[in-house]
Formats: sequence, C-alpha cells, structure tokens
Amino acid sequence: MNLEFEKAITELDEKIAALPTQDRTPAQAADFEKLQKARETGLKELYSTLTPWQTVQVARHPERPLIQDFIAGLFSEFIELHGDRLFGDDHAIVGGFATLDAWRVMVIGHQKGRGIDDNLKFNFGMARPEGYRKAMRLMHMAEKFRVPVVCFIDTPGAYPGADAEERGQAEAIARNLMEMSALKTPIIVVVTGEGGSGGALGIGVGDVLLMLSNAVYSVISPEGCASILWRDGTKAPEAATALKITAQALLKLKVVDEIIAEPVGGAHRDPQTAIATLRKSLIRNLDRLTHTSTGKLLNRRFEKYARIGSY
Amino acid sequence: MGWFTKKQAPAASVEQPKQDIWTQCPACKAHVSKEEWDKTFKVCPRCNFHERITARERVDLLIDPKTFTELYPKIKPSDPLGFVDGKGRYADKIEEARQKTGMNESVLTGYGRMNRIKVALAVMDFRFLGGSLAGSTGEKILLTSTYALKHRLPYIIVSASGGARMHEGIISLMQMAKTCAGIARLQEANIPFISILTDPTTGGVSASFAMVGDIHIAEPGALIGFAGRRVIEETIKQKLPDDFQKAEYLLDHGFIDLIVRRDQMKNTIASLLKYYRR
Ligand SMILES: [Zn+2]
Repeated sequence: MNLEFEKAITELDEKIAALPTQDRTPAQAADFEKLQKARETGLKELYSTLTPWQTVQVARHPERPLIQDFIAGLFSEFIELHGDRLFGDDHAIVGGFATLDAWRVMVIGHQKGRGIDDNLKFNFGMARPEGYRKAMRLMHMAEKFRVPVVCFIDTPGAYPGADAEERGQAEAIARNLMEMSALKTPIIVVVTGEGGSGGALGIGVGDVLLMLSNAVYSVISPEGCASILWRDGTKAPEAATALKITAQALLKLKVVDEIIAEPVGGAHRDPQTAIATLRKSLIRNLDRLTHTSTGKLLNRRFEKYARIGSY
Repeated sequence: MGWFTKKQAPAASVEQPKQDIWTQCPACKAHVSKEEWDKTFKVCPRCNFHERITARERVDLLIDPKTFTELYPKIKPSDPLGFVDGKGRYADKIEEARQKTGMNESVLTGYGRMNRIKVALAVMDFRFLGGSLAGSTGEKILLTSTYALKHRLPYIIVSASGGARMHEGIISLMQMAKTCAGIARLQEANIPFISILTDPTTGGVSASFAMVGDIHIAEPGALIGFAGRRVIEETIKQKLPDDFQKAEYLLDHGFIDLIVRRDQMKNTIASLLKYYRR
C-alpha cells in the first residue's frame, strides 16, 4: 500500500503493472527497466526529503514491521510471559525471555495488530496500567536473572480510558520511570514506530535509545498539539514540524543515541533489511553495556537523563 | 456585572472600598469577606472549596516564617526547539508568564523549616504556563532532590500542573524520567519524599514524580489524573461522573494516602515527618 504522498510511485507502479509479466517485447523490456529505475530513484529522493508529517505517515504505516515481526526476525527463541500478578494480562504489551545469537535477554514491547480484529485484541498498542505493571515485573525478573532488557516502543500513547484511570495509569507509568532509572541491568530501548508520549516512556527509560530512521517520538501527537496550540486539528503537519519528532531531530537534541537506517522506501518495504540493521546495533550495544560495571551503568543512566534540559 | 460596574463608576470613590472587602466563592457563590478568604488561605468557609494559590503563598502556608531560602532562582526556560505555534512564539509566552508571575519558571524551589523540621521543597505554580513541566522545571526539581540527598532532608513537592510543556517537545517528556531518577536516588538513600497533589495534577506530572511519593497527600476536590476528561469521554463514548479524577475518587481507589484541608496541611506533614528517624 502506497501512501498519499507517494503518488508518483503509485503511478509508476500502475505503469509497471500494465506491462505483461512474461514474453515481453524488447521495447516492453526496456520500458520495464526504465520504469523500475525511475521508481527506485523516485523512492530514494522521496525518502531522503520526507517532511516530519510524512514521516508520521510512514511510522504509522499499516504494513510497518510490528514487535511480532521483530521478535520473529531477531530471536531464535522467545518465551512469552503473561500477567501483572495484580489484575490481568494486557495484550497491548508483550514480554518474555528471548535469545539473540549468544545473548539471552528480556524483551518487552508495545504490541499493535494488523487488521481490525488483531488491533482490538491488542488495543492498538495502547497499554493499560496492568501492561506497564507486567513490564515492570518482567524487568525486575531480568534484574534477578541478570539478563539485559530490550524494549520496543510503538504506541500512539497510554490508553485514555476510564478503567485505566481507575486502576492508576499515572501511578503505573510513574513507578516504571522511577524503577527503570535504577534497574540493575542494562536496558536498550528501540523506538520502532510511534513513540507516543508517556505511554512510550513508560517502558522507555534506559541506557541507550535507538530509533529507526522513520520512527517518530513525541510528547503529544501532532494532531493533539495542533488542536490545542493551533485550535485546529488540520494543522497537524505544522505541529509535527514544530515539535521536532523525527529521529534526526531527536539525535540533534541528544535524546536519541543512534539512528537505525531503514532501507529505501521505509522498513515496511523491506522488513528483513531493517531487522538485520537493528540486529547489528543491538549486538554491539549489548556487548558494550554488559561489559560495563553496574555502578558505572547506573551513574551514566542517571547522567544521561540529568543532562536533558540542563543548560 | 458589566452594567453594574459602569453605572457605579462615577460614585466609585464612595462605593469601591465596600465592594473590595468582599469576594465570591467560585464554587458555591457565597460572599466571603476578603479578610476571611485570605486568612483561610483561599478556602471557602462555607463549602470547603480550595482555590488555587501561588507558589509563594504555598511557601508561606507550609514553611516557618523567615526560614525559607530559595534555591536556583535564576534557572529559566530556554526554548530548546525554537517553538512557534499558530498563536506566536514560545519565547514570548515565557516572557509573558515571567511578567505575570514574577517567577522564572513554573516551580519555586528551596529549603526551610516546617514546625522546625528542616525540609527541601519544590512548589509548582499553575499561573506559569499552567504549571507545565519543562526542561528547566525538571532541572530545578532534580537539583532540589540532589540537594535533599546531599543534606539528608525530607523532600516535599507540591504539584499543580497540567502536565508536560509541549512547546519543549521531547525535552519536556524526558523531564518525567529525569525527575523520577532523582526520586529513585532518595528512595535508595532512605530519604522520605512526600508528594502533595493540588488542583490540578494531571498528564505528565501525575505520571511522574507526583505519583511516586512515600506518602501522597491531596487537597480536597483536587483534579488528579493522567488523561483528560474530554479525551476519555471521546474514547469510551460515555459521560464520566462528576467525581471522576477528583482527590476523593483517588483516595477510594488507593492512590492517595490522605486528603487534608489546606489549614491542616503543614501540621499533618510535620506530624508525619516525626516518624522519620534519620
Ligand atoms: Zn464556597
């Protein structure tokens, strides 16, 4: 599925599709070559100059790899663990032990779905307090088992429902922030799609923050910001620019440590390549962080956050 | 009221003083003398409505006279994104807020004594851009927790905030983690942290330091919650009850230790701190 701003690519796709798939005449074969090449350069140009609002569209693309894809592509084993031991099991956050090459880790992440049934089951990746509490339970287990934690972030935000408020959404997120800041095991955080505000940060405090090149991370959705500060929801593109939510902008602000370059045309066009790039970075960071003493690790983690907004 | 004031204008010199000694409770509309309103620290004697007060007023209320020393008064917002929205520049809004409040940021920090017990204190002021949490707000709150840690003082934070300051984008979001990292260090050193939640304590402030206190004390009727009422109503397509996200609702659901009237707040905190053995 092409996005609205990819119109030129859609037109080329249509021309390519109009050509016969086999027994092409030499002229048709030449056309095919030419169209393919035009498509390739077109995509490359388009994706090297994405506006922040276009990047939001890519980050929310329905075919963008989800945590299910990252788990399947990265880990040779994944044992899912369920429940917060207090209330229930929130499907909007998935977690469990996983093996990445020689590394054993605890993986935790927001879970979105594909299609409406899936998305209803996972609540579109919007977690409730029990999701954040399950995540924290698993992180404490990681501390005890002495394995690093890898968190995958992809959520529009924490679930804004009455039940979530009733069970202490604010307290659940707050507790995670406090406890993750002092968790005695390395934490690697990867923003893979949408980093939606407190709902993202609730499993997003760590030693290193990686971000896929077309992911976004923001204090508020561009739509929400536009309706409050512009009093006009249609000004979301302006808000997306003003909020500085792209990986590049966040690297410059020294909030993001490393950008995971996506293949041309976005991770959804070639998930395997995106996952392979991420794998390399994860291994490099796991190696570095597990060779750091816990004391040093925690001091650096504290300093990393203390520096943000200190001028 | 417009026509009334106009009509009275010529004779104002006679009528004005009389008018000035009365104020009206925004909740129950009762007329209360200004003297009484100030004496109760802006709590309605009739219906117990707690009006929002400034950070300075809060310090006067909580800290023994002449014992407060302000810390980090010069820290001010920095506009890290160069933010401009439909209504203008963030930099101008900062200036406006500074003029209006006489403060450099949405939080006042320092140390002083509460019934002679020395404490570190951070008090948010809702008048300064809705008490929003910005980079320098987080900075002051963290520096004060570091001060509390160094001097082994109980830390009291009085929250009054609509949440993160979106004009600072991700920088404001990260202050949630930054302030909580400071509280984690107090926790590890066994230093008490008492969180006072006043009207309103919502969004990113409710989901960070305000909710990780050893003890949570709210003022009666304070609005406390993560998501906004309108957003929730749109999500669940239902009207919410009036008491939803009020202090009393949070007490019922186990997220608040105590609801304390404003005039009892100082003595209550001091009484609790007596149980802390350094
Ligand atoms: Zn009243």
